[in-house]
Amino acid sequence: MSMFSRLYITSSLLIVAMMASHMALAQPASRIVTVGGSVTEIVYALGQQDRLIARDSTSSYPEQVTKLPDIGYARALSPEGVLSVAPDLIIAIEGAGPPETIDVLQSVQVAYVSVPEIFTAEGIVTKIRTVGAAVDRVQDADVLAEQVANELSEAQDAALQAAGGNPKKVLFILSTQGGRIMAGGSNTAADGIIRMAGGINAITAFEGYKPLTDEAVAISAPDVILMMDRGGDHGLATKELLSMPALIPTPAAQNGNVLRMNGLHLLGFGPRTASAITELSRALYGETN
Amino acid sequence: MSLSIEVPQQLSLPVDRRVQARRLTVILIALLAATSLLSLASGATGTSLWGALADLVAGRELSRLDRIVLFDIRLPRLCLGILVGASLAVSGTVMQGLFRNPLADPGIVGVSAGAGLAAISAIVLGALLPPVLRDLVGNYLVPVSAFFGGWGSTLILYRVSTRRGQTSVATMLLAGIALGALAGALSGILVYVADDNQLRDLTFWGMGSLAGATWTKVLAATPIVLAALAVTPFIARGLNGLALGEAAAGHIGIPVQTVKNTSILTVAAATGAAVAVSGGIGFIGIVVPHLLRLATSPDHHSLLPNAALLGASLLLAADMIARVIIAPAELPIGIVTAVLGAPVFLWILLKRHGAISL
Repeated sequence: MSMFSRLYITSSLLIVAMMASHMALAQPASRIVTVGGSVTEIVYALGQQDRLIARDSTSSYPEQVTKLPDIGYARALSPEGVLSVAPDLIIAIEGAGPPETIDVLQSVQVAYVSVPEIFTAEGIVTKIRTVGAAVDRVQDADVLAEQVANELSEAQDAALQAAGGNPKKVLFILSTQGGRIMAGGSNTAADGIIRMAGGINAITAFEGYKPLTDEAVAISAPDVILMMDRGGDHGLATKELLSMPALIPTPAAQNGNVLRMNGLHLLGFGPRTASAITELSRALYGETN
Repeated sequence: MSLSIEVPQQLSLPVDRRVQARRLTVILIALLAATSLLSLASGATGTSLWGALADLVAGRELSRLDRIVLFDIRLPRLCLGILVGASLAVSGTVMQGLFRNPLADPGIVGVSAGAGLAAISAIVLGALLPPVLRDLVGNYLVPVSAFFGGWGSTLILYRVSTRRGQTSVATMLLAGIALGALAGALSGILVYVADDNQLRDLTFWGMGSLAGATWTKVLAATPIVLAALAVTPFIARGLNGLALGEAAAGHIGIPVQTVKNTSILTVAAATGAAVAVSGGIGFIGIVVPHLLRLATSPDHHSLLPNAALLGASLLLAADMIARVIIAPAELPIGIVTAVLGAPVFLWILLKRHGAISL
């Protein structure tokens, strides 16, 4: 036997042994359930969608994910419903529950990974790394995280440049039910994306989404109103919106500046957030090089 | 035998009704057994009760998943459904008897609102508690608070409407409405300061669900609900007497005050426990006594146990619908009871009063 063939046999045996031991030891989860739109998007971005067997109702992108069984709303999961799809790994956004359901799932020894939700670029990178570790694709996740971090910082730089030291004041309106404006305060996804896109959140007096008094809306004097795109007739809805007494005196209403973007894209804080920043920045400041 | 007994007309009716009520009890026990079995047998996972029973009989080991689904998910949920359904139905029946008002419901005297306020406080302000206290109650902060909220509001109500040992039902009704409004307003303030995530928790809590059933909850609710149910035979005669009016009931030797006190405590305990473990579930308390009075007599001796049985069966049936209709997701059970209960209630009203005139 020549040295080369000996070397060949030894090395192939070594490779086979390594693969076999890897398969025997790791047994990566093959029946994954994701809870949270951005978590699902990251699984797709890592190319692990074939291991997905179900998702929650907030996971609606990419479109093929909607063909998977829906286990319900992230905060109101039922233990038997989740078990019925026989998962071996659940990757859920922070705040998924209720806790009783999570307790039962953990007692069946379904692996459960909680993904922290922070509305910054670093937050997105952490999400990607957490999901990557959960699906056993640490290196792919590192690559994706670096790529997304670069895209984010480029998009943020471009947005800052577009704002040109003259940032616009943006009022995020979640809903206008009963004529009351529910606005996004600090520490919300809306606040995060507005700042990343080179804008200023018009409302920083409170945290979370809360109804505002008409006068507070008027005083906040936003240049632009940002809303989620829920389909339907925007022209008519915008006309009604801008005729609300609270909004009439604002610069946004006077110039008819109402922006609508897809909710999951805008507020998801996942791999597509750089494109959301660019989209929002362009809508705010127009096309720039 | 050709011997026949002449039964005087005026005596035959009550005897006939008692037999009828007893027959109904047997039917309701069978119904509860059937819904219980179905409830254990149905669910989103493929776990089969019959397969598991066959395995157990043959001495085979159950799979870990089947064991957990049957014994840690479906069985506690079944027990909780029976406890909550029976509590709600019995509370409704006692309330309707006490107030001689077919629309009375624990909701009307502010017990549910008080329990709800405490639960909302726990959801919104729970984070402010010192960690030691939070660790002590853990995930049960909301139910424990709801229970004490129900009790607290009942005690306030009782203090307000009792003068020199005499409780005025009319004052209590009005005070209950005022307390309910106050609890609603305070809840509103908390909703206002709640953050986005807490708001979503509040929404789902308000719709009620048995999805969070655990043995701990079952064990916590069982003694309270059983105590409340055990009291009901002793107030049945009193509630029957109260149908004549308080004065007349007093004249025929019914300890009116004792009956009233016991009834109120019973309702507070049963409703507090039910709201605590399952959130807001409506219409069981109002529909069940009506259905039973239509079917048999308004005698509380049979009405109360039958209400417990029917309430438990109806809640289990509603829970089954909630679990399987959009599986693997699940509807909040309060939605199911409202969707099923409201039309039934309207139908009862129409049947009772014929055409409705304004």
